[in-house]
Amino acid sequence: MTEKKEYRGSIHQRQKDLMLAWYAQLDQAANTGNPPTVTMMVSGNCVELLEGFGAIPIYPEVNALQLAIRHQSLDPILAAEELGYAADNCAYVKADIGCILKGITPTDGKLPTPTLILCNFVGCNTYLKWFEHLAKLQNAPLYVIDVPFMRADHPTRFDVEYVVKQLQETVKKLEQLTGRKFDHDRFRQAVDCSRRSEELWSQIKHLARRTPSPFDAYFDAITLMGPLYVYRARPEGVEFFEAALAELQAKSDAGHGVYEKEHFRLVMEGPPPYPYFRTFRDMFAKWQACAVASTYSTVGGLWEFGFRHDPDHPFESVAMHMIEQNVTNRSLLQRYEQLRRYVEEWNADGLVIHFVKSCRLFSAGQGDMRDYFTKQLGVPTLYIESDLEDPRYFGEAQTRTRIDAFFESLEHAKATASVRVGA
Amino acid sequence: MPFIERTFDKCADLQFPLVREWKQAHPGAKAVAYFPVYSPVELIHASGMLPVGLSGAGDRLDIQHADARFGSFICSIVKTTLELGLTGHLEPFDGFLFSSICDSARNLCFVMKRNFPGMYVDFLHLPHNPSSPAAAQFLAEEYRRVLAELERLSGSKVSDDALRRSITLYNRNRALIRELYQLRTRDPQQAPTWELYRLIRAGNFMPVEEHTAMLEAALPEFRARGAKKRDSIRIVVEGSFCEQPPIALIRLIEEAGCYIVDDDFAIGQSWFESDVPTGGDPILALAASYLDRAVYSSVRHDFRKPRWDGLVEKVRRTQADAVLFLIAKFCEPAYFDYVPYKQEVERAGVPHLQLEFEEKSFTFDHLRTEVETFVESLVFD
Repeated sequence: MTEKKEYRGSIHQRQKDLMLAWYAQLDQAANTGNPPTVTMMVSGNCVELLEGFGAIPIYPEVNALQLAIRHQSLDPILAAEELGYAADNCAYVKADIGCILKGITPTDGKLPTPTLILCNFVGCNTYLKWFEHLAKLQNAPLYVIDVPFMRADHPTRFDVEYVVKQLQETVKKLEQLTGRKFDHDRFRQAVDCSRRSEELWSQIKHLARRTPSPFDAYFDAITLMGPLYVYRARPEGVEFFEAALAELQAKSDAGHGVYEKEHFRLVMEGPPPYPYFRTFRDMFAKWQACAVASTYSTVGGLWEFGFRHDPDHPFESVAMHMIEQNVTNRSLLQRYEQLRRYVEEWNADGLVIHFVKSCRLFSAGQGDMRDYFTKQLGVPTLYIESDLEDPRYFGEAQTRTRIDAFFESLEHAKATASVRVGA
Repeated sequence: MPFIERTFDKCADLQFPLVREWKQAHPGAKAVAYFPVYSPVELIHASGMLPVGLSGAGDRLDIQHADARFGSFICSIVKTTLELGLTGHLEPFDGFLFSSICDSARNLCFVMKRNFPGMYVDFLHLPHNPSSPAAAQFLAEEYRRVLAELERLSGSKVSDDALRRSITLYNRNRALIRELYQLRTRDPQQAPTWELYRLIRAGNFMPVEEHTAMLEAALPEFRARGAKKRDSIRIVVEGSFCEQPPIALIRLIEEAGCYIVDDDFAIGQSWFESDVPTGGDPILALAASYLDRAVYSSVRHDFRKPRWDGLVEKVRRTQADAVLFLIAKFCEPAYFDYVPYKQEVERAGVPHLQLEFEEKSFTFDHLRTEVETFVESLVFD
């Protein structure tokens, strides 16, 4: 194994502690009914609003991916298929529904029936179905925040007003359900904490522009994403990202990268194959190939290009985050542009597109994306297919062969280029 | 009826002769296609352009290029629509509207935009939260935005009166479709679906005025038929709201012993349960109708009233004996809805069968056997 060491430092333990504390709170909510809990989608989540009620989020896809990483996703998927879900339905949904049916949780603690199922629909139609089904299954109240999709370069004034009004309707709904008054000051403080966490997270992502990058912006970024969704609007989140930035900055200043020698710099598109996370990572580690940027790490929010929550305009900035500043509510062409900037500004050697059959939002049209990057931009591109949750769709030998072939050709191109430079 | 067959043959022709003929007869006028399921066709019509409901390419086009652009696990209609473009078949169209029905169709909109920069391609965000008092205003603004684009395309401004005239024309068309459907529910032997479907679907390719005349001519003919009632079971078909099943499959289902007493084929053409009001602000009337007057559908989300309640009500209203879930392969909205639909239909004690198809399927022997077995199990129960 050529990987020098997986990036850990103290961050790995800190994020583990934070996430376990979150699950402990959810367990407490299940036992005592306190704090109130709100089921949400990770992407474009409005966790700041929950702070105004002292409520905490439940993220079904975080539960689902934890299960997949531990190789425990197939049983609940099969349970959901017995209920009638199709082989080609999103496996996140099936794993989540199967877990509720079978009483499986990621930590063996309990998960509460949510106070509200809040479908913060941002571009993912599957979520509309998923949360409807959850509301039916758990007999919990449902509210949908309809977020207009990005069909032009920027949202219209009417898009923003529409979302702000729905956020205010959500506040009223939560006041009824929790019996608590919405605390505007706490909401504004939460928005301010988010602003600070986002600034730190953005600085971390920009460290990956250095050569070598001090962390892998796909595989390691996932470690940092849990606290980003659950804690960014709280002081614990700000502290976590301060520590993470300090550690990575020190590592980078000392000239240390992810590998002995950073041999290739990659941009990654699409979610990872969680059931084979380690195996998949090793396929890149073998070539000392480091991801310097990834679209998946912008599912929760797109901060490396400058957007921050704004405590002076709390509702409007939460709305802007939901509409414009997360990858899933942006058009496919805006994603092409995001990737193009990564390749150029993060100085990458190639693009890896991971098609996951569960997620049509990410995957439908990725062949056209490959066409654009290879034919129009001349960027070396690798296209592979598997799934983010269902272990039955990962062809290990085939994936390895394709990855090896991609790096062999990149290596060959580099060698010929250096010969040409030498001549 | 021969005139239905003649017209439908022209509709299925991928050279789009009806669209070309209309453009020849209206020099300088433009045609705007829309992807299923619903589109506010009145906006296109009032702009002096021809709205064309384009539901894939059926079994008439081999996919040569689009597979590589969309990969595995994506439905056929998304691929054949792109294939139509990549093979030059969309030449008669000046614009293409998509809406927020599913993730694959949404991404297709932007792939089309990149590959056909000469065409006006737009995405309409239809709201998923009709409970919000802000939704009607939002949708009205969304319609105004699209209308401004359509005006730019056609080169002329659209007045409120022109919009009201278009709404009135489409109201009449939809009312006739409702009447034909009621006739079929009452006396399905008079109006078999394989025939009625072609009549209605022809409206996707013709000026509404001509299609309405066709419907008016057909209605008394269907009524006057003295068809004998067969010993068939009455079924509601659910799940074919976007990609359309081959006509041969619809006919096979009927021949295997089913009266289709209601369906969601080409449901965009009968989207409203009652007329869109023609008084007041016509744009707001169209927007408010989408929120409060529309039929239930797997692509319209309204958590105030679950779709599965809509299906159970439909089964009761049409006195159906069973439900046939006829689902296009890889259609995620239909796959998802199948689970709660099935649960609630079972709770209501109604038998059901699920079948999968692709628009390009051409052998149906196994499907015939499944339908026949299902019918027998009900008839001899």
